[in-house]
Amino acid sequence: MIEALQNLFWILIFPGFLFTVVLGLIASWIVRKVSALVQWRVGPPLCQPFYDVMKLLGKEVLVPQEAQRTLFLTAPLIGLTGVLLLSTILGVSAFWPEKTFVGDIIVVIYLMVLPSLALILGSSASASPHAAVGTSREMKLVMGYELSLVLAFIVVIIKSGGQLGLTAIADHAPVLSISGLLAFLAALLCVQAKLGFVPFDIAEAETEVAGGVIMEYSGALLAIWKVMQAMMLVALPLFLVIVFLGGFGAGGMDLVQGVGKYVLVLVLIILIKNTNPRVRIDQAMKFFWFYCGIALVAAIILATIGSYYDIGWL
Amino acid sequence: MSWKIWSLKKSPWVFHVNVGACNNCDIEIVNLLTPKFDVERFGIKLVGSPRHADALLVTGVGTRQAVPRLKEVYRQTPKPCAVFLIGACPCGTGIFHGGYHVEGPVDKIIREEDPNAIIAYVPGCPPKPEAIISGVVKALSAL
Repeated sequence: MIEALQNLFWILIFPGFLFTVVLGLIASWIVRKVSALVQWRVGPPLCQPFYDVMKLLGKEVLVPQEAQRTLFLTAPLIGLTGVLLLSTILGVSAFWPEKTFVGDIIVVIYLMVLPSLALILGSSASASPHAAVGTSREMKLVMGYELSLVLAFIVVIIKSGGQLGLTAIADHAPVLSISGLLAFLAALLCVQAKLGFVPFDIAEAETEVAGGVIMEYSGALLAIWKVMQAMMLVALPLFLVIVFLGGFGAGGMDLVQGVGKYVLVLVLIILIKNTNPRVRIDQAMKFFWFYCGIALVAAIILATIGSYYDIGWL
Repeated sequence: MSWKIWSLKKSPWVFHVNVGACNNCDIEIVNLLTPKFDVERFGIKLVGSPRHADALLVTGVGTRQAVPRLKEVYRQTPKPCAVFLIGACPCGTGIFHGGYHVEGPVDKIIREEDPNAIIAYVPGCPPKPEAIISGVVKALSAL
């Protein structure tokens, strides 16, 4: 009974739904504000993302006539559930390390694909030609970055001595070695693509395909997508912090350091977003498979040599 | 005032519809997003799809070819939504008055689709960005 209540608390309040949504909306405000400052504008007020979500909840929900209704309506919920579980597992591994299970990094890798899959499902159910273009781009993008992301995790697992738990991995900071740094940079760009930020916002591309994958969504359903994207803005940088940068501590200075690392990753993502143009889908695939692929294979070889001869910095 | 209208005022997302404008008003609308005017301060955002929009910024006289498209876009916009007529042309067909291709003014076309539509007029050829901001503020405070 107590166990069930505790799980419910984790999923619904902290570190799950409530905490992640609030933090995520604040993070999305930071993204908009910093982008505005980079462009020499004033930018929106702090509560802007909250107003946006509130307004969308109050609007009419339109479902296109030819859409596959059930799938169109449930896809946002599938995506939201995926990110919810992801952020809960990450948060629990950061604050209650004794409660985690072996192999949770593999579960996390699976959960991170769910939002993209839900976007693909929802947009292909909407029967819109623009959304279809967005769907095909999103699919190609997923195939592109998943390979690099998994290769980057293999580097991390080698660096931390074959550990498969998030807590065990968080004790190491692979970014302090050459192979770990290469893997971190590649994973950062993969996270950029997962978040749908420039230069990899090919699937949403407002000026090209008018919102692409989320084009046909309106009202409360659009609000769910927006909340999902805001939650990913918490979960994915947090994941990079846990896996590459030595993780969060539960109290005191460790926690301050952890927050600092999260902000660092977030600011890196925002700066990449604001200093790059959108790439074409073929350029993105080439980038992830060819350039990131070669760099990551080199990183894996370096990490293997390093762990065999016990050289920490390799 | 209900929370729906209150939050709508805090974040009106706009969709730009051109129904036969000469591009001058369109340039003034894009001006609103530049660092000088920066309407994102008020939560106004230009979106790519009418399904995401709360307000339609209509420019142009409303040509015969554009009328069914304008009605379609209006139907695709989730309600409650407002329509802003930017420039002399949509307000009263302007210098194109009586032209063979003119079906406007645009407010008549919108009213055919929905008699209770919320319509705001911003005259000028083209209206200044300040005038557009002022029109949006007046319309929103009248809601």
